[in-house]
Amino acid sequence: MLQGGLRGALNQSVLEASGPQAAKVERLWWIAFTTAAIVYVLTMGALWFAARRARRRELRGELLDETAAEPRMTRAVTWGTAATLVILLLFLGADLLVGRTLSPIPKKQPLTIEVTGHQWWWEVAYADTSPHGRFTTANEIHVPVGEPVLLVLEAQDVIHSIWVPNLAGKKDLIPGYTQSLWFQADTAGLYRGQCAEFCGLQHAKMALQVVAEPRTKYEEWAAGQQKPAQNATDPVASRGREVFLTGTCVMCHAIEGTSAGSHVGPDLTHLASRRTIAAGTLPNTRGALAGWIVDPQRIKPGVHMPPNQLKPQDLDALLTYLQTLK
Amino acid sequence: MVGASALVLLSLANACDREQRRFRENPPSTSPSNVRVSALQPGTMVDTAHVAGPYDNNAWAVTEGQRLFGWYNCSGCHANGGGGMGPPLMDDKWIYGSSPENIYNTIVQGRPNGMPSFAGKIPTQQIWMLVAYVRSLSALNTTGARSSRQDHMMMYPGSTSLQDPAKPVQSFKPPASEMP
Repeated sequence: MLQGGLRGALNQSVLEASGPQAAKVERLWWIAFTTAAIVYVLTMGALWFAARRARRRELRGELLDETAAEPRMTRAVTWGTAATLVILLLFLGADLLVGRTLSPIPKKQPLTIEVTGHQWWWEVAYADTSPHGRFTTANEIHVPVGEPVLLVLEAQDVIHSIWVPNLAGKKDLIPGYTQSLWFQADTAGLYRGQCAEFCGLQHAKMALQVVAEPRTKYEEWAAGQQKPAQNATDPVASRGREVFLTGTCVMCHAIEGTSAGSHVGPDLTHLASRRTIAAGTLPNTRGALAGWIVDPQRIKPGVHMPPNQLKPQDLDALLTYLQTLK
Repeated sequence: MVGASALVLLSLANACDREQRRFRENPPSTSPSNVRVSALQPGTMVDTAHVAGPYDNNAWAVTEGQRLFGWYNCSGCHANGGGGMGPPLMDDKWIYGSSPENIYNTIVQGRPNGMPSFAGKIPTQQIWMLVAYVRSLSALNTTGARSSRQDHMMMYPGSTSLQDPAKPVQSFKPPASEMP
């Protein structure tokens, strides 16, 4: 019940660690929980015992011997304080120990992913030794199973914090300061993460997904992402491409292989391959996409995406085009 | 008495407008028409009535305009208002007029010698936000709506508001030996 209560939707729980980093955090959580539970039970038991004993004495008509009670009281307070100090020191020690074991980055050259926090979405760039191997996506991190992954964290505007509880602890993304965090996903699956530092109006709707998949599947995905957007062939899609390139979209978004190259909004080169839009707010369906383009301020009030009043046939063409961006 | 209470109400209404964040607002359907960019005109002098910028008194819209100024690369030519390839926007010289509708048209239509037309590229609402910000650079909208933070290039050192020409403060005075 406890685990169920703490678990959000879709694999987002500290208590279901899927990697070595998260396992350490989970162990620390259990140490703190067990200790606190034992202390609670002992305290409540002592209280119950004391209350019962006092009541019995009163019923028997015994009087409290104050000269004997005084040193007993002193002894109890001393033991109580000592126990509290020891437990707090134990917590502090465990915390520092876990912190130390979490920080060293694995010596083996890990897959490096640059994650940049924006209000209110995540820019995800895969670093590569050659420039043509580099690619950018948004709000979705694909990683191979069983391999260490290094996240290089930066922020564009304000402080954000990345937290994928099944895989690693939190780490702040601070403007002008590069941080790093590593994790390893041991089981394939979909893990939800979110911003854990209040970052403005739509902080609550700033989520991301980590997709852990076997090495071959990951490489297939990465190869697809490295390619520029495919050319629109059917007339409706090419009309949609024209709407995109001549309208307001190009002011903020980029699509590789076209003249759209602005990077203040998410890169849309492979938009249709993503599971969600608007940083995990909506499923990536045609209807959701239409609602998001026309009236984003109803879905995420204050978001930097402006409303776009398009003619119905233009919107339809634009949606068709965006859905070809696999 | 009635006048005084009306004034209090008016100032309250203004104060509210300063902080209001209007996310889902319908942009003005028509763009300003019959706008003159020059005081020179044939016939008798007719001063067209100025259109009030919808966001001139709204602090949030001014800072949104400030963000868009960077995002849409206005700073590429105008720097942060100080000017570069394009004319400065912090001074009191206006080639094509300083009223909200003039600035709106300058952004939408473009101007000779480099200012591109942003027609169809920036939503109307955002153009008006940019107008509010550009006007705040030379202190043309209400003091209350202007940002008090020093995010950008200032008119003079030590300035705490985007511009406050009434009280020029020189925090650093060069020594007399260095003065011409």
